[in-house]
Amino acid sequence: MRINCPTCGERDRREFYYVGDAVALQRPAPDAGLDAWDDYVHLRDNPAGQTRDLWHHEGGCGAWLVVTRNTVTHAIAKVEMAREVAR
Amino acid sequence: MGFSGFRVLKEGLFGQKGWSAQWRDPAPKDEYDIVIIGGGGHGLSTAFYLAKEHGLTNIAVLEKGYLGGGNIGRNTTIVRANYFLPGNSEFYSHSLKLWEGMEQELNYNTMMSQRGIINLFHSDGQRDAFARRGNAMVNQGDDAELLDVEGVRKHLPYLDFDNGRFPVYGGLMHRRGGTARHDAVAWGYARGADQRGVDLIQNCEVTGIDIEGGTVKGVQTTRGAIRAKKVAIVTAGRSGQVAAMAGMRLPIESHVLQAFVTEGLKPVIDHVVSFGMGHFYISQSDKGGLVFGGDLDFYASYAARGNLPMKEHVMEAAMTLMPVIGKARVLRSWGGIMDMTPDGSPIIDKTHIDGLYLDCGWCYGGFKAVPGSGYSFAHLLATGQHHAPAAGFRLDRFRDGVGLMDEEGTGAQHNLH
Repeated sequence: MRINCPTCGERDRREFYYVGDAVALQRPAPDAGLDAWDDYVHLRDNPAGQTRDLWHHEGGCGAWLVVTRNTVTHAIAKVEMAREVAR
Repeated sequence: MGFSGFRVLKEGLFGQKGWSAQWRDPAPKDEYDIVIIGGGGHGLSTAFYLAKEHGLTNIAVLEKGYLGGGNIGRNTTIVRANYFLPGNSEFYSHSLKLWEGMEQELNYNTMMSQRGIINLFHSDGQRDAFARRGNAMVNQGDDAELLDVEGVRKHLPYLDFDNGRFPVYGGLMHRRGGTARHDAVAWGYARGADQRGVDLIQNCEVTGIDIEGGTVKGVQTTRGAIRAKKVAIVTAGRSGQVAAMAGMRLPIESHVLQAFVTEGLKPVIDHVVSFGMGHFYISQSDKGGLVFGGDLDFYASYAARGNLPMKEHVMEAAMTLMPVIGKARVLRSWGGIMDMTPDGSPIIDKTHIDGLYLDCGWCYGGFKAVPGSGYSFAHLLATGQHHAPAAGFRLDRFRDGVGLMDEEGTGAQHNLH
């Protein structure tokens, strides 16, 4: 698997650390309640098909990336800077 | 029809013409007391113990492909009870006892081989951790022996003991652990369930779960609608998709775990051996192939195949620990899809929908749990009460944080196990 980092170009998967579902960008408010936090921390759609992951380019530019990826084929459709997605 | 040594001889003398099919191929009925979704190891053992222990036989097991065609046929076949935490420890202890009686219970040769498992350690700190784990195993009533380096050398003379970076300090030996013939486990439970009247229905994919007023009423399948008083989801690897049919989201991410097999060799690895400083464990199958694996690829996947970095890591770890296997040629590799929970422990529980039950989240340890999971899940389905050894596998432990079982001590969040 190779990931096309917006800063560095296409790089080997070894350079990236997988952080998990990009749900991490939708952190609830501290007082959002138990359901919201359980949902955010634990529950997942876990799709067989297109998903959005958060990856850290720790062996490169250090950017946090949102990768739109197919979990069945491993094909990567889109790579975006997390700071732009979160905006 | 029973299997025996005498019958094997007799059939051998008369052209193997006396064998019959080991289970029926029934069409689905309109209604069952219990419908089990998933004809893998856990689903089949659940059906078997429902029939044997609880006398319930108006049961269907629905399998979208063929029996035993999922993870039960695609694992590294290791059986053990070397868990540390209360909640896991008694469950796997019970499961191992069922393994030890399985061949007699099923009248089926599952090739259970208690060849012993040795988990190696390579530092003083790791020795302390394994000593502690061994004590927990002994306290649970299982077996564990802490071997020093000479003790390991007697069993595994082929290791690179004085490796410059990761010298072997010793190992934790679990003699009752070992391997079993994975397919035969599925077939044995299938035959036992079928003989007791359970309908095993293959090529029957569940496409919907019928729920009315918060109570489950049955399932929709590619072979028609089936009504049921209780529905049990036992579809590890695809649990999220099946639970979604009931409108549920689960605390599960699916990840790929790779394994490898070499060409057949003469006997060289007599035990199950794991490396303590990298992701590598190995045993030798009765056909002679070296069967080994490592850790997850660590990204969500349903691809049933992995990427090269983990392959490379596993091969490097193998060569670090036991260069003796360096000239063996790898024949094939594959990836299995694991239900990964946030704390790395499984789920056997009711759901908020009346009559809908869940057995999932086995992470990368489902094979050794096959008998125990079936036994405990059958108990829950039949009595409505949790079976004591599996009472910790609650679905709501993540929500309230009570009773999390983080065996690796890395944290109860996704992607840490």
